[in-house]
Amino acid sequence: MVQTKTTELHTLIALVEDKPGVLTRVASMFRRRGFNIVSLAVGNSEQPGLSRMTFVVDGDDYTVGQVAKQLDKLIDVIEVSDITNERILARELALIKVKTTQVTRGEIIQIVNLFRANIIDVSGESMVIEITGEEDKINALNDLLAPFGIIEMLRSGLVAMVRGKTNGLANGNADGNAGGQVNGKGHS
Amino acid sequence: MELTGAEIVCESLLKEGADVVFGLPGGAVLPLYGALSSYPGIRHILVRHEQAAAMAADGYARATGKVGVCIATSGPGATNLVTGIASAQMDSVAMVAITGQVPRPSIGTDAFQETDVTGVTLPITKHNMLVMDVKDVAQAIHDAFHIARTGRPGPVLVDIPRDVLLGEKTEFIWPTETKLPGYKIPGAAPEDQVAAAAELINKAERPIIMSGHGVLISHAYGLMTEIAEKAQIPVITTLLGISSIPSDHELNLGMSGMHGMAYNNLAIDESDLIIGLGMRFDDRVTGRISAFAPNAKFIHVDIDASEVDKNIQTTVGMVGDLKAVLGQLLPKIEANQHIDWLRRIMELKAQHPSHLVRESDELLPQFVLQRLTEITQGRGIVVTGVGMHQMWAAQHCKFTEPNTFITSGGLGTMGFEVPAALGAQVGRPDTTVWSVAGDGGFQMTMCDIATAVESHADIKFAILNNNSLGLVHQLQELFFDKDYVASEYSANPDFVKIAEAYGIRGIRVTKKEEVADAVRQAMETAGPVIVDFIVKEDEGLYPFIPSGQSVKEMLEEPAP
Repeated sequence: MVQTKTTELHTLIALVEDKPGVLTRVASMFRRRGFNIVSLAVGNSEQPGLSRMTFVVDGDDYTVGQVAKQLDKLIDVIEVSDITNERILARELALIKVKTTQVTRGEIIQIVNLFRANIIDVSGESMVIEITGEEDKINALNDLLAPFGIIEMLRSGLVAMVRGKTNGLANGNADGNAGGQVNGKGHS
Repeated sequence: MELTGAEIVCESLLKEGADVVFGLPGGAVLPLYGALSSYPGIRHILVRHEQAAAMAADGYARATGKVGVCIATSGPGATNLVTGIASAQMDSVAMVAITGQVPRPSIGTDAFQETDVTGVTLPITKHNMLVMDVKDVAQAIHDAFHIARTGRPGPVLVDIPRDVLLGEKTEFIWPTETKLPGYKIPGAAPEDQVAAAAELINKAERPIIMSGHGVLISHAYGLMTEIAEKAQIPVITTLLGISSIPSDHELNLGMSGMHGMAYNNLAIDESDLIIGLGMRFDDRVTGRISAFAPNAKFIHVDIDASEVDKNIQTTVGMVGDLKAVLGQLLPKIEANQHIDWLRRIMELKAQHPSHLVRESDELLPQFVLQRLTEITQGRGIVVTGVGMHQMWAAQHCKFTEPNTFITSGGLGTMGFEVPAALGAQVGRPDTTVWSVAGDGGFQMTMCDIATAVESHADIKFAILNNNSLGLVHQLQELFFDKDYVASEYSANPDFVKIAEAYGIRGIRVTKKEEVADAVRQAMETAGPVIVDFIVKEDEGLYPFIPSGQSVKEMLEEPAP
């Protein structure tokens, strides 16, 4: 292996064909090459027949460079880009089910309002809070709610896009074999 | 005219120029066989075990430069292909495997002979697909061949349910283009990288070219040799790069790595520039990576972007087709002599003559191969299995033409020697193929001698018979306190009688004096022949860089 530096979280985005098995191919590649996925989010893109994936990967620059190249090598993957160092918009959605009592309910509502989160379900002894934001914001809310007792928590995984008029991928389209070269010195 | 899925597969195979396929029928794939009989332009070779179909397709592809095709039925038929497919993936061999699948309504029900073969082969294919509609069959076969043969070649599996092969009919429309928006094929390299590489090469004092399988695949051997000659750069080949430059070329130093020539490994240690062409700096080539070529900068050219900067950090890493990139590079390379460097390598060669075979009264396996290659004059094709005999063949056999040494490198698949020789000979019917085998690997696939006999294939099986799993035995000697567990055979069959059972000639050789005569007799006999060379049992394989170590820990042949 080439030199190993300190690991950090990288955000990668990919445009992939919306076909059966694509998620398996991607997940299988991560597993067999020993890469660490922190989160993976998949959904439709603006182009019919193509899905957009956002990966958060833990690794050094070498490892993440390999992740990008190995992803790009999969036939169903159209484009890959490491956008960690771009100006990006990154959001995650979390649902947090927290214990409530008559005493704590008011305080919890105050915290939720402070974070501009939403209460989407209320019962006698619990409340479900929906929050969207960057990872830090969700972590902060989670920390504040923890003392009340968190019954259940789930996070969607990060979705990310680059600011500005481009779509964050080198070509920005899916027009066949011409472009999208990864030039061996990584990816941009 | 409307055709069935099976007929569309056959039409598509013809469009792709696949005139030979290797396979074995079974229930789910039988509709395809039903169509094959109406397509005399496709020669089907019936193997005895599906692993032979995949490995024969591999040998065929490497010998011809075409795509090798194998066919198997669902379930066990398909899983029997797996080892051959994995070999092809590791060695970048263009292959299309077509498998029958249970009918669509049965998929996912654990039906008889149902295996999720696209799932099984996902990590060992370049790509695979399950075709669920007869209208998609032509496009699938078209795209499969395109993916298999272009870029870094590899195996592509197409799984087709029985009721897609034989159900609804549809118009056969041969696609004019691929439907692969995510598939890119690198061509030339950026000019600034080429210029940077040329500058490094022109300034280097002790450069070495390391020529790999990619040089053969992209037909870049001519350009590679031209560059080597122009700048007088010595060429070391990887195991799969053997035959990319003639053995007797004065700049060809032979193979390096774990069992490579000692002087090559020592030269790499002194080199100031390694130019890796179509190879991947795999661990058998480099040993401990941190100690590999410690004084060198690296230029690396490969068509697979993920190989560049994977194992070694390059100074210039270029992603592109070697033929295109070397074409860009050649005019920028200055003529050079490198007299001191070549003299130094000759000095190393004289001090560490691992290419020589020692004098002995016993029948040494190296001696057998040396005599064999003298008699064939390096013509014809040599196919090997995996183990000591493979390394000795790599060290001692001579080659004059490209693509004439066929071996399982990356996966190290024992048993490859029999079916791959069959595929190579079928693909190159005018060429004699020597299948250099070990007695271990030979017994893994010898059932397919029958296929060689049926195909009238001109294959000479040379078994270097040491009555053991020789390389395992040596590893146990060196690293496991001579605990020879499970590496010696006590009841090997009589291979001459095996030959007779298959109705072919068998020759046993026990003495040095008999070698040349046996080789000549084998060559004068039409069709398959088995020559059973009873070689010195405990002959060690040297040089030997133990796994994970460096040239400093290299073991050379002990003095007799």
